[in-house]
Amino acid sequence: MGWKRKDLLGMQDLDASEITDVLDTAVSMKEIASREIKKVPTLRGKTVVNLFYESSTRTRTSFEIAGKWLSADVINFSASGSSADKGESLLDTARNIEAMSPDVVVVRHKASGAPALLARHLRCGVVNAGDGAHEHPTQALLDLMTIREKKGHLEGLNVTIVGDVTHSRVARSDIFGMRKMGITVTVAGPPTLIPAQCQELGVKVSHRLDEAIASADVIMMLRLQHERMEGGFIPSIREYSRVWGLTLARLKPCRPDVLIMHPGPVNRGVELSPEVADSPFSVILDQVGNGVAVRMAVLYLLAGSKGRA
Amino acid sequence: MSLLIRNGRVVDPAGGTDALADVWIAEGRIQKVGRGLKAPPGAEVVDATGKVVCPGFIDMHVHLREPGFEYKETIASGTRAAAAGGFTAVACMANTFPVNDNRAVTDYILARAKVEGVVRVYPIGAVTRNLEGTQLAEMAEQAEAGCVAFSDDGKCVMNAELYRRAMEYALPFGTPIISHAEDCDLAHGALMNEGLVATELGLSGQPGAAEDVMVARDIILAELTGAHLHVAHISTASAVRMVREARARGVRVTAEVTPHHLLLTDEAVRSYDPNCKMAPPLRTKRDVEACLEGLIDGTIDCVATDHAPHATSEKEGEFAEAANGVVGLETAVPLLLDRLVRPGVVDLPTLVARLSTGPARLLNLPGGSLAPGAAADVTILDLEQAWTVDPAAFCSRSRNTPFAGFSGHGRPWMTVVGGVKVTP
Amino acid sequence: MSAREKAQVLDETGLDRALTRIAHEIVEQAGGGEDVALVGIKTRGVTLAERIGAKIAAIEGTKPAVGALDITLYRDDLGLKAAQPIVRSTEISFPIKGRTVVLVDDVLFTGRTIRAAMDALMDLGRPRIIRLAVLVDRGHRELPIRPDYIGKNLPTSRRETVAVLLREHDGVDRVVIQEE
Repeated sequence: MGWKRKDLLGMQDLDASEITDVLDTAVSMKEIASREIKKVPTLRGKTVVNLFYESSTRTRTSFEIAGKWLSADVINFSASGSSADKGESLLDTARNIEAMSPDVVVVRHKASGAPALLARHLRCGVVNAGDGAHEHPTQALLDLMTIREKKGHLEGLNVTIVGDVTHSRVARSDIFGMRKMGITVTVAGPPTLIPAQCQELGVKVSHRLDEAIASADVIMMLRLQHERMEGGFIPSIREYSRVWGLTLARLKPCRPDVLIMHPGPVNRGVELSPEVADSPFSVILDQVGNGVAVRMAVLYLLAGSKGRA
Repeated sequence: MSLLIRNGRVVDPAGGTDALADVWIAEGRIQKVGRGLKAPPGAEVVDATGKVVCPGFIDMHVHLREPGFEYKETIASGTRAAAAGGFTAVACMANTFPVNDNRAVTDYILARAKVEGVVRVYPIGAVTRNLEGTQLAEMAEQAEAGCVAFSDDGKCVMNAELYRRAMEYALPFGTPIISHAEDCDLAHGALMNEGLVATELGLSGQPGAAEDVMVARDIILAELTGAHLHVAHISTASAVRMVREARARGVRVTAEVTPHHLLLTDEAVRSYDPNCKMAPPLRTKRDVEACLEGLIDGTIDCVATDHAPHATSEKEGEFAEAANGVVGLETAVPLLLDRLVRPGVVDLPTLVARLSTGPARLLNLPGGSLAPGAAADVTILDLEQAWTVDPAAFCSRSRNTPFAGFSGHGRPWMTVVGGVKVTP
Repeated sequence: MSAREKAQVLDETGLDRALTRIAHEIVEQAGGGEDVALVGIKTRGVTLAERIGAKIAAIEGTKPAVGALDITLYRDDLGLKAAQPIVRSTEISFPIKGRTVVLVDDVLFTGRTIRAAMDALMDLGRPRIIRLAVLVDRGHRELPIRPDYIGKNLPTSRRETVAVLLREHDGVDRVVIQEE
C-alpha cells in the first residue's frame, strides 16, 4: 500500500486498492469531526491553494475545512476579481501561485482537462475539484464512502444514476469509480441526456425511470440545469420533473432499504420532491459530512508524496 | 349490433386474401370471414355483390384545423369528409391554434373527436414548441396522452442539432418523426416548382433540391439516432431514390405520397388557379413517374392526402397571395381507383395495402386488417360507379381542390367504423 | 530487508509474568482512589493494554476502561517517507478530562511515538496525569521521555531491532532481537 501519486485528477486513473486506501483513511479522518477540538497537527506548515475558476461555495468550503482541520494554511483564489479577469492565462496564474510554494493546489475549472494541464506544469500536487464535464473525483470518493458506510460493502451492489449524464462530471467519476469497486451501474434519463455509446463504459442504459430503479440499492439523482431547455435536450423543466422526478409514489415499488443520493444542490420539486429529499431514504447530508473526511484524506495523502507523478 | 357483409370481393393484403367472401361483424369487431356465412338473428345484412370489401382506409396526413381555424374545417366536418371518402381513420397534424405542442391540446382534440368525430382520430403532436423550431415540445406527455407521431408539418425544423435531439428524445415512445422536408432558404418566396413552366409564367419557383437537401439530412439524422423517420408528401424523384437506398441500408425511413403528386404536374399551374398551389408544389413528369414507381415497389409505404382545407377567400385571387394546400379526403380514393387501378397501372390489392395496411403499420395503429378479432373498420368500394368531382357537394367545409370537374369510375360505397355504418 | 533473529529475550511465560507485574504496579500506584484508564498505542500496544486490563480485572474485580489510540496524524516524520503511512482510527469511548491515563506500548525506543501519543491525547481532553507502561525499553532516547512501568530493560545497538510477537497478531507470544 502507500499512496504514491503526485496528483488526484480522476477516478479513471485509480485502481481499486488506491480507492480503498482513500476510503479507509477517510473513515479515520471522520472521527476528528466528532471531537471538541477539531484539529490535528498533521499538515502543519503545509500550504493548500484552492484555485476555483467556477464559483462553488460548497466544494470550496469543504476543501477549506478539510485543510484547516489538518492544520494546513488554506488560501482561496476565485476567478472573479483576480488576474483571470485581467486576462492572465490559466498557466501563468498557476505558475505565479507556484512561485509562492504551495504544497497542494485544488483546482476547479470549466474546461475538461485543465487540472491535467496544471499537473504537468506544477511541481506541487494537483487535486481536481471538477473539470468541465470530465471528472470530480472527490465527489465520487465521498459517494463511495457513504454507500460503503450505509451498506457495509460495495461489491455486488446495484446503483442507478438518473438524469443529465451527458453534462455531468459527477456521473462520469461515479461510473468509473463504482465499476472499479465491483458495483453494477445503470444510467437512466431521456436519450438526449445520455452520451453517445455510454454503454461502452460498462453500464446499463435505460430510458424508463421505474424500470431502472426497481431493484436499485442506491439511486443517485443528478442535478438538472435550466440551460438544458435551451439546448433542445428537454422540452421543459415541467415535463422533466413529471417523467424523471423522484416522488414517494415512485419509490414505493423500490427496495425498502434503498438509499437516495444527490451531489447537490438539490432542485426541490425537479429531481426530487421535497418529501423524498427529507425522507429517511435520503443520505444527502451524510454525503456532505463524508465530503470533508474524504478531502482530508486526499490532502493528507497528497501532501506526503514527494512530487513524483 | 351486428352486420353481415355478404358476397363481396374481400381484399385483405395483411391476410393475403383476394376472394369472394362474407364478413360477419359483431360487437365492433370482425368475427369471421368466410363463404356462405349465416346471418345471426337481428343482424343487418349488406349485399356487397359486385363490390370490393377492404380493411378500413387510414389517412395519416390530414389537417382538421380544430382548435383555432374552425372556419376552414372542424373535427366534425373533417371526419364526415373522411367517411365520405372511404376513410375509417385519420391522423391529424399539429399546426392548429394553439399548436398541439402540449398535452392540454391533445386532450382537447381527443375529447372533441369522441363527441363529434365520425371516424377514428389520431393526433400527431408538434416536434417543437409552437412550431418555432427552437425548443422541444413536451413529447413525453403528448405520447402518453395519445399522440401517434410527431411532426412540425407545415414547417421544416431547420436546426439539425435540435431535430437530432427531437429524434433521440422521442425514441423511447416508439413514435415516428414525420418530416416536412423543405429547406426554407432554398424555397424562400417560391410559389411553384422551379422549371420551364415557372419561367414561362413568371412565377418564382423552388427547385426539387429544396426538398432533397432536407430528405438527405433527415435520413442521415435518422441513421445517427436510430429513429423512425417518415417523409411526408414526398414529391421528387431524387427523394424517392434516397429513401429507397437508405432503406436498403437498414435505415428506418418510410414515406407517403399524395394523390395530387401522383396525378398532376406543374403544367396544371398554367391556369394560375390557386387551387393548384400547395407545398410541396406539383413537380415534373419525371418526378410523378418516380413517385408512382416508388408506390408500386413499396419504397413509398402509403398514400396520404395532406388534406388542407382553406376558405374560398384564401384560395381565390392572385396566385402569389393564395394559401398553400388542397383538400383531398373526398377525392383521393375515386381518383386513384379510376386513374391508377382501372388502367392497370397499380393493382387493387397494392392500392388497398397503401391505404390501409401501410399506414396502420407505420403508426402502430389497430386496423389495416380484416382478421377475426380486428376492429370492424371496413371500406367497401364500388369499382363501376361513375362520379364527377363537385366541390359544392363536399362534406368538408372547404372547396379548394384542383380536381373540380374531373370524372371517372370507381368510388367508396360504404364506410364502417367499429361495426357502425358512417357513410354520410 | 530481511531480519535475522539473534536472540529470544522473553518467552511466553516471561511475557505473561511481565504483564502481571505491570498490572500489580499500576494497581498499587493507583491506591484504589484513582480512576485509571488504559490507552494502547496502535497496534500491539492495544493488545497489551487489553491484556493488562484483564489482569487488573482479575486483581481488583472490575476492569478498567481500555481505549485505542492511532498516532499517525501526530507523527513528526510525515512527508519524509516515500508514501504517507496508513491512518487508522482512534477509539476512545470514555472522557479523558480529569482522568489518570496509562499509555501502553510494546517497545519504547526514541520516544517520538510517545510524544505524538501525548499530543493526540491532549487534543481529546485534559487528563489529570499521564503515565507510561511499556513491555520493552530498548534505550536510545532522542527526547526526554521516561516510562513509569517497564516489562524488561533491554540494551540494544542501533543496528538491532526488537520484535514483540503476540498471539493475537502473530500466533505466538515472544520477544526477540533481530539484526539486519
